[in-house]
Amino acid sequence: MDDGVDWIGALDRDLRSFDVILKSANGTSDISYAVRGSAGLAVVDTVKQEFADVFFRNLEQLAADEEITALVLNHLEPEHTGAVPALLPLVSIATVCVSLCGLQVLGGLLKDEFERFDLRPLKTGDTLSLGNRTLELLITPYVYWPETQCTYPEGAGLLFTCDLLGCHFCDARLSNDRVGDFRFSLEYWFARIMRPCKPYVTGAFDLMDPLEIDMIAPDHGPVLRAHPDRYIEHYRRLVTSRLASEAGAEKSLLIYFDSAYGATAEMAQAVYGGASDDEGFRPSLIDVYEGELTPFVDLIERADALVLGTTTSNGDAVRTVWDLLASIVDIDTKGKLAAAIGSCVWTGEAVPMAQARLRGLTMRVPEDEIRVKLCPTKAEIEACRALGRRRAGHLTGAIALREIDLADLTAS
Amino acid sequence: MTKAKLTFTDVALTVNVPAGTCIIEISEKIGSGITYGCREGECGTCITHIIEGADHLSEPSALETRVLKENYAGHKDRLACQCQVLGGDVKVRPA
Repeated sequence: MDDGVDWIGALDRDLRSFDVILKSANGTSDISYAVRGSAGLAVVDTVKQEFADVFFRNLEQLAADEEITALVLNHLEPEHTGAVPALLPLVSIATVCVSLCGLQVLGGLLKDEFERFDLRPLKTGDTLSLGNRTLELLITPYVYWPETQCTYPEGAGLLFTCDLLGCHFCDARLSNDRVGDFRFSLEYWFARIMRPCKPYVTGAFDLMDPLEIDMIAPDHGPVLRAHPDRYIEHYRRLVTSRLASEAGAEKSLLIYFDSAYGATAEMAQAVYGGASDDEGFRPSLIDVYEGELTPFVDLIERADALVLGTTTSNGDAVRTVWDLLASIVDIDTKGKLAAAIGSCVWTGEAVPMAQARLRGLTMRVPEDEIRVKLCPTKAEIEACRALGRRRAGHLTGAIALREIDLADLTAS
Repeated sequence: MTKAKLTFTDVALTVNVPAGTCIIEISEKIGSGITYGCREGECGTCITHIIEGADHLSEPSALETRVLKENYAGHKDRLACQCQVLGGDVKVRPA
């Protein structure tokens, strides 16, 4: 790849499903890199366990065991650490460079062996000397696990990025100026892996900005040695790719509903009506049964709050609602305000189920759901309007602080 | 029994609680945005920012101190699954 830097990974042509969260049309590559300096050799990440033999063969061609002085673990997901348990005993003098969060995962991986090694928890700016070459560490959490980091061999114009700017694409030509067209995979990777981590992706790029980067070396897919700046620029575009909302600085609420006989729709309209009372607030009312789900998920990503109205069928929410709630995993929902409402004939299980799922997605759900029997009464419609007003008040800061006793919580 | 006021600013709610109440006991019931992982002080998921009343919280254990440090938490951050409210007024929000 470069003077003293080698690709020592493995090609996995048969991979079709990764982590049960994304597919791969033509396999992937699990990539490890070796960086040589005058005082030793550093291995940057390893491969999936089933490809450990390939990795060791590649490594043996470059260095004797005693020459390996450092192991840098930019990411500790299994397909990056499959050879670590076998590698460490061979190179017991090696320094292991890993972020503080990574130490927790490494402890789980090495079990009783954990204490044997010189483990260096690192922070951004820490360096590792290989004699005439120095590796600089950049802690870039949540791209896309908590412990992820990047490594920059100073003076090489090269950045090891683990999963950032990677993709599942298998081509023995290895670099983007020679492999087949992999753009679909790069964008799919962003959508399924990096999208929920958008602020962290931006943070990682901001950290990289001062660096001279001529080549980006991820742990999966082509090495980006042609136009690496284009890839960073494209990723930055993907982070902010949607048409800007006309809401601007106004806070926004989405009221999604499906409704079998119109009662849940009536409740949703009442929430909308209540929220609309606040001129400086931007509610939207959408029947999610009548459209494709993907754009509705996109809207949630930018909204400040969500009220979900759901009908109950056979003691459960209907497929539209579950499909929507399952799809939200692709975006960051932490801290958004949420609530569930719905009309039912019998016990209305869908509403608390939906509310529990919203909480499970780490949204803020400060009140119990609203469930009504059949058609809502005037009082129930007013309760829905009040919910809309409170949501607006929460987000605009107009709501008064409520005070309750612990006994009130226990009673509910 | 000594009482305390525990306020979750992200959901605009104050709960009157007995001294010794752990933040986790209340935050999940009221739907605050504080999220939890292991619930045992190991993972750092529930790092919570103390807006007011840090002096009214139990002292951090060695475990909590270590995990806060490992997660680069600020000096006004605590683990909601570990710290107890001992009295007075305490205001918190998700970190």
